[in-house]
Amino acid sequence: MNKTMSLEISLEALIAGDRAEFARLVDAYSSPIYRLGLRMLGTPQDAEDVLQNTFLNVWMHLSTFEGRSSLSTWIYRIAANEALMLIRKKKPEINLDDSQAGDNDEDLLPTQFVDWSALPENVLLSSESQKYLDSAIQTLPESMRIVFVLRDVEGLSIKETADALNLTETNVKTRLLRARMFLREQLSTYYGERITREE
Amino acid sequence: MTDHAHTNCEELLFSLSAYIDGELNPELCQELEKHLVGCDNCRVVLNTTKRTIDLVHAPIEKLDVPEDVRERLFKRLNLDDYLNHQP
Ligand SMILES: [Zn+2]
Repeated sequence: MNKTMSLEISLEALIAGDRAEFARLVDAYSSPIYRLGLRMLGTPQDAEDVLQNTFLNVWMHLSTFEGRSSLSTWIYRIAANEALMLIRKKKPEINLDDSQAGDNDEDLLPTQFVDWSALPENVLLSSESQKYLDSAIQTLPESMRIVFVLRDVEGLSIKETADALNLTETNVKTRLLRARMFLREQLSTYYGERITREE
Repeated sequence: MTDHAHTNCEELLFSLSAYIDGELNPELCQELEKHLVGCDNCRVVLNTTKRTIDLVHAPIEKLDVPEDVRERLFKRLNLDDYLNHQP
């Protein structure tokens, strides 16, 4: 994601406090970070908060950026933290550790075997389907949702996702599997009903 | 479906995600592919999982930050001077 863009951005200039370079950085990353906020929080207002707080923090901490990860991973890390913090603020009862719904292996086993993968695009991508998918993503436990968003929505690699979230790659893979299986199950129920209706 | 085949499905299920990511070792990969030929359910799970990822990825990919959101962001960051330099 934005690999070519980030290459054009000069880290030296950024650290030296070059405002024009910072503006270029903001433009390079504001869309992916906005999307991350939208997928994590579910509303444009919250997504905007995540976006603003992320870049305020990026600017504030640029001088301490050590280059142990790539600049892009570092920005995603800040954004992920902002999103998770905002979720915690909004729903303080939520427990962000691993012991939540969907944590048992049994929850993971598929129960729906309708093959809806060949449904036409206009059915799969109808606005009603999109709405259903959006709300299904919102029901994922946060610890899985953030992994899913970075990897499958924003297209980071497993390693980049692990770096951004301070998780092991194994942990990322496990959460990703659970998130994918959960969403697949939800979509299978949804599209399965539509296939039966048409028959 | 025999009990044995069923156990196999469950085991292989845990490899499915890694398989999609191309992160599965060649041995397991071969085992999974062999199983997929004869197992309708696992094939459906694989196809629909891949499709699920496509569906999440496809539409939002095109979603750029709205112009008014960008404008407020630049103001918040005191970058007003650079607002007109379109990306
Ligand atoms: Zn099987």
